[in-house]
Amino acid sequence: MGNESKIRAILKEHGRLAKDVDTLDDNADLYQAGMTSHASVNVMLALEGEFDVEFPDEMLKRSSFESIAAIASVVDSLTAASA
Amino acid sequence: MPATAYDAEKFFRGLVDAGLIIPVGVPGIFGRNHVFEDVLDRFNKLVTDLAKNDGAEYFVYPPAIDRKVLEKVDYMDSFPDLAGTVFSFKGKELTARQLSEAIHNGESWEQYESMTDVVLNPAACYPVYPSFTGTVPREGKLVTMFNWVFRNEPSQEPTRMQSFRVREFVRCGTPDQVVEWRDMWLQRGLHLLESLGLPAHSEVASDPFFGKGGKMLAASQRQQKLKFEVTAPVISEEKPTALCSFNFHQEHFGEAFHIRTEDGEVANTACLGFGLERVVMALFQAHGFDPEKWRSEVHDKLWP
Repeated sequence: MGNESKIRAILKEHGRLAKDVDTLDDNADLYQAGMTSHASVNVMLALEGEFDVEFPDEMLKRSSFESIAAIASVVDSLTAASA
Repeated sequence: MPATAYDAEKFFRGLVDAGLIIPVGVPGIFGRNHVFEDVLDRFNKLVTDLAKNDGAEYFVYPPAIDRKVLEKVDYMDSFPDLAGTVFSFKGKELTARQLSEAIHNGESWEQYESMTDVVLNPAACYPVYPSFTGTVPREGKLVTMFNWVFRNEPSQEPTRMQSFRVREFVRCGTPDQVVEWRDMWLQRGLHLLESLGLPAHSEVASDPFFGKGGKMLAASQRQQKLKFEVTAPVISEEKPTALCSFNFHQEHFGEAFHIRTEDGEVANTACLGFGLERVVMALFQAHGFDPEKWRSEVHDKLWP
């Protein structure tokens, strides 16, 4: 499973989105799709578990989680750093 | 001339030595004497005077609220470490004897108690929202309250109390109504504190959300400019103390308590609260521990 599909699975379980995550494209705004700040915290913690990474403080911001593409790019940079 | 040159320990000692506060043994909890209370009452009255033509309904709620309110507003998602959940004894007499014995033997006795339906109120605005359920009138709603608040954050630092009073206002309506009202009060709050000789400033702020997720919530709150504080130096010049806090909750409480505007949209809410003990302490720090010696323009404003 590629990173995008793992991220979609995490969003499905933790994102509390108002829309089906499969109908969203990678650049769709997740906050517009109903993700709350609290839900984005659960998404962050689930991403840390799934990818065995730690989000540093400077990445704990709204823009890191605004789309599937944004999350994938943050995850890529974190997994690259820990590789 | 600041009373104690912005030193938390000296300031606490100064308040105690002047008889203004009376320690009770637990950090963040203390008694207040009549002079302290007189300043607090007078400041609270100034706030009432400022808002007298606004048409706010006045309520006082007790320090304990329905536990369900805390659960509905996701408090435990954000501040599980600050909550004061009330536990009590519900067992039979034999167990009560065991409880008593454990206490007299200096053993732990928490296992004999269980959770009640109430919690100590952690935010002055919370108790009123259940009464807003339904459709608010076209002009929105405006209430003001005088409530005790509890936060589990014991500290020797005098402005960080576990139990304190807040003079609160809550506005409910459309986003425009709520934000316009918040902005109006931000200026009012600033001017009120300045008029009492306090070097007040307003700034974007965030709540002390729990844990690593909390850092994310705080960053998001700052980025969206949902919280402002009016601050003045009390125990530090570099890190002034928040005396008044302004929160724009957007649809958070409207959704939790099914509050709608006339056009059927989820209502928005905002609140502001003056931390009354903190304002009083800021005045003592700025003008000295004896109000009789405060300069006349400050004294006359509080005691006209």
